[in-house]
Amino acid sequence: MIKKIQIQDLSVNYGNHNVIEGLNLDIYENEVLAIIGPANSGKSSLLRCLNRMMDFNPKAKVKGKILLDGESIYDDEDSTTLRRRIGMVSPLPVGLPMTIKENVTYAPRMAGCKDQHELDAIMEDCLKKAALWDEVKDRLDTLATKLSGGQQQRLTIARALSHHPEVLCLDEFSIAIDPVTTMKIEAVLHELKKHITIVMVTNVINQAKRLGDRTAMMLHGKILDLNTNDKIFGGEVKDARTKDYIEGLFG
Amino acid sequence: MFNPSLQLIKKEIRQKNFENILSTVTFFLFLPALVIIFMLFLKGYPALSWNFLTQDPIHGMTAGGIFPTIVGTFWLVIISVLVSCPLGVTAAIYLSEYATDNKMNRLIRLAILNLAGVPSIVHALFGLGAFVLFLKMGTSILAASFTLAVMNLPVIITSTLESLQAVPMSYREASWNVGASKLQTIRHIVLPNSIPGILTGVVFAVGRSAGETAAILFTGVAFYLPFLPQTVFDQCMSLSMHLFTISTQVVGVPDSYPFATALVLIMLILSVNSIAVGLRYYFRTRRKW
Amino acid sequence: MEMKVTQAPSVPMEWRRRKAKKHLSEKVIESMIKIGGFSSIIFIIAILFFILKEAFPFLIGAFDFKEFFSSTEWNPASVVKIKYGTLAILVGTIMVTALSMLIAVPLGIACAFFISEFCSPKLRETYKILIEFLAAIPSVVWGFIAIMMINPMIIELFNVPIGLNILNASLILALMSLPLIVSVGEDALRAVPESYREAAEAMGATKWEVATRVLLPAAKNGLMAAALLGVGRALGETMAVLMATGHAIQIPESVFEPGRTLTATIAAELGESPKGGEHYQALFAIGLMLFIISFIVNFSADYLIRGRRK
Repeated sequence: MIKKIQIQDLSVNYGNHNVIEGLNLDIYENEVLAIIGPANSGKSSLLRCLNRMMDFNPKAKVKGKILLDGESIYDDEDSTTLRRRIGMVSPLPVGLPMTIKENVTYAPRMAGCKDQHELDAIMEDCLKKAALWDEVKDRLDTLATKLSGGQQQRLTIARALSHHPEVLCLDEFSIAIDPVTTMKIEAVLHELKKHITIVMVTNVINQAKRLGDRTAMMLHGKILDLNTNDKIFGGEVKDARTKDYIEGLFG
Repeated sequence: MFNPSLQLIKKEIRQKNFENILSTVTFFLFLPALVIIFMLFLKGYPALSWNFLTQDPIHGMTAGGIFPTIVGTFWLVIISVLVSCPLGVTAAIYLSEYATDNKMNRLIRLAILNLAGVPSIVHALFGLGAFVLFLKMGTSILAASFTLAVMNLPVIITSTLESLQAVPMSYREASWNVGASKLQTIRHIVLPNSIPGILTGVVFAVGRSAGETAAILFTGVAFYLPFLPQTVFDQCMSLSMHLFTISTQVVGVPDSYPFATALVLIMLILSVNSIAVGLRYYFRTRRKW
Repeated sequence: MEMKVTQAPSVPMEWRRRKAKKHLSEKVIESMIKIGGFSSIIFIIAILFFILKEAFPFLIGAFDFKEFFSSTEWNPASVVKIKYGTLAILVGTIMVTALSMLIAVPLGIACAFFISEFCSPKLRETYKILIEFLAAIPSVVWGFIAIMMINPMIIELFNVPIGLNILNASLILALMSLPLIVSVGEDALRAVPESYREAAEAMGATKWEVATRVLLPAAKNGLMAAALLGVGRALGETMAVLMATGHAIQIPESVFEPGRTLTATIAAELGESPKGGEHYQALFAIGLMLFIISFIVNFSADYLIRGRRK
């Protein structure tokens, strides 16, 4: 298997408070890696390191190495190219205050794509991939903020796909939406993983079970366990706390 | 004998009294202002006419119109806003989107607060020292406008900053997440959504400039000029200064003349402010999020 | 559920592979933003610099510390004996400021309490717009009102020869600083968490008790800041006091006598003093004094407000 992302000895701290301590992790191409763990264990911070969103947090200090296709993500001083390669979906749906069409074509437009036909093609493709096309195709010029929460979350996914990322990171994408929409999006992800690598942070253990190829258990900024799904959920764990967490004894 | 219900009733009465006193106080605080504006209308209105607005002052400024002062005020306001607007908006953008170093941020905020608190006459001294003398603009519309611009800077920065920060952080993050640069995010996400607030702040600043007198006293405004300014290096008259002059410096002015002048000034400023309030209301109701 | 994923469009997506690079124009804009960010610091320093620059020759020359602060004689244009004593002017400034604050602070804070705690939302909105309008009335119009309306009123009511005096200026200043005191005070009260009020009301406290025993202590710093900012506004006000005080150099013995303030002195005399002369420089020295006072007042107000947030 090809290593898409290699994280080596990653540490993150906010002032004196360590969120991630000496974390090592390899993510393989075209796999779905689920990251589970209780709140405040550093899962979201890990994701934010991957696309260098941490750069925008002046208080955060990041140490260690992250390699994408074998090259450090910090090689290029400008992080915008990296963010085009690694898509990110935040926990709460964010429809930017512009039309649906403008939302989905935002990334290519910012990257300098001016070809209207290309933009239209990207929009249709991404909205279809995100299972939103049928619901919005007749009102592409309405404000995205007028959509429902579930629709906005799918719009967020469509927007994250619009720049054709090689890796898609999802941070608890289902906490603000209803179960039906969640199932729709899960089906979308299931299709997507044929083409891209997916890293998803989730609180829902069953979601990790359903979608993941491998699952990592994080606690206090460290990875306690990392293994293929059948092993992790089959009870083959290195740390007893992983089992306790999966069985719902804490978290 | 202790009677709890009586106690409660007393408490209730005291409470009601308290409320009534406060509401009366508040009402009477605003009453004088309203009365004053009403009186201005009453005494100034009869002297208002088309000729009053379009003619020059005559007979040693004891009669005639106020046309040159309106022209002067217009010049001053426009140029000062043209200067302070870009400067104030960029300052606010820096504070809200770029400044990370907390100490520096704190220092800038302190500077803004102090700039807002500096007495207007001290601004006039600064304008005289810096623009008129040091930069050799002379007493001119330009120097006076620059002085006004410095004075209005904190107003524009504060209102812009407020509206920039009202744009949810999640919008910025969403934009960064898809590979838009910081500048692109400001240009396409932050600014379009804060323009209404910025505009409101600018309109308030316009109102403030129009009424300011002390800051332009020695920097570019004359008591009386027999001609209209041709370039920005000329002096001009202003409505506010004219009101000061005819009510304190000139003898033998009939009451109606300064009253009408004051009325025009007040009307001008109140209408500018009404525009600002209206704009704010309008944009608040059709906010996109 | 059937989910179809279309193939990626067979467009070249040249933009996708292009490396993001900052254009020169972007760099220029970003450095302009940075300069703009520091502009207010630059201006504050520039104000101090230029006022110092003009006042400097006076400060190292004719300036006599004792005379400047303890003499009541301000005779900068005298042929016989030039004197730069600001005591009378200082006393006038302090009297006007103190009296106006004596009127405006309690009323303003009462008003802030009413608007923040007892008003219906609709009435609050109305009052806030009214406050904004009041704040927008220019100082020269207030001065005009002082001359035309308050002046005759004082003469008639108190049976005094002139109505342009300390009382008149204080009334005008009180009216002028009210909007600021009310709005800052109201902000301070609104910053008190709703849970405080609820907790007190749950224990059976009346609104009066909530106001005096819970809100007043909790918002103390903010309310003090409101008062301080009012002081700053009153100290720095120029045109209105110039027109309302009567502008006489003397230590007023009662509020019915005319006086003079620091700001008004500059406004009235700078135009007549020859540029670069000693008198001119002395006026800049007064300006420097005003700048320093306003700096201290604003700094303290800021400190009080920040202290509350911590």
